[in-house]
Amino acid sequence: MNEVFWAFGRASGIVSLGLFTLVVVLGIVSRSGRPLPGLPRFSVALLHRSTSLLALVFLVLHVSTLMLDPHAKLSPPNVIVPFTAGWNPFWVGLGTVAFDLVIALVVTGLLRQRIGQRTFRAIHWAAYAMWPFAFAHALGSGTNAVDLWFQAYAWGCAAVVACLIIWRLSANFIETSRARLGRI
Amino acid sequence: MDALSRAQLELHIDFARCDGRGLCTELLPELLVRDDWGYPVGRGGRDVRVPEPLATAAQDAVDLCPLQALMLRRVTRA
Repeated sequence: MNEVFWAFGRASGIVSLGLFTLVVVLGIVSRSGRPLPGLPRFSVALLHRSTSLLALVFLVLHVSTLMLDPHAKLSPPNVIVPFTAGWNPFWVGLGTVAFDLVIALVVTGLLRQRIGQRTFRAIHWAAYAMWPFAFAHALGSGTNAVDLWFQAYAWGCAAVVACLIIWRLSANFIETSRARLGRI
Repeated sequence: MDALSRAQLELHIDFARCDGRGLCTELLPELLVRDDWGYPVGRGGRDVRVPEPLATAAQDAVDLCPLQALMLRRVTRA
């Protein structure tokens, strides 16, 4: 039974990293104002939202199975307060920071209409901090981090996020940027 | 019919907030077109009359606007 929690905790963590990578990608595409092939702009926005909720489900599974696992022995305070875990506190703590940021992002995302655009946007920037924390946590405390397939997967996710951020910072990022710069 | 149901549904575009991301023009192609800079253009300028069959689509546009620049309201015009 012990092995089951450990295996499930690991697997759900690996799936979470991939899903949060997809969430970042869809968020940046959404921000560009561009549609994707076969997906209109509003679908990209809806997919960004639903993928983030799916990623949250896997993250909750990841955390809760490791609370039940006798080796990781995460207690409820460990889940919220970073760097307090008994096992591998630094690298687990980075995951806790990412978890706290995800909670803030999801709550403010769901309450966007109520809290107003300014507050929502200010907090939503935390998404760019959340991903590197999750990535460092995966490499630092992941039991599979020494395996080649895991390295390839994690660094593959990092490469995707890096490319999207470079695109985000480029001059022609916004769909209408050329027109708005008067080059129509 | 009471006054509310006689009142016309109107989509208000707050151009101080609008960034021309184009979601509303996708959801309401019957009412809005996109100008060269991405911004929505509707009949009636910043207050676009919404016929009843398009009320749901208009509400979707309000909910999905990434800048919260749209508002749906009922107005009675003389």
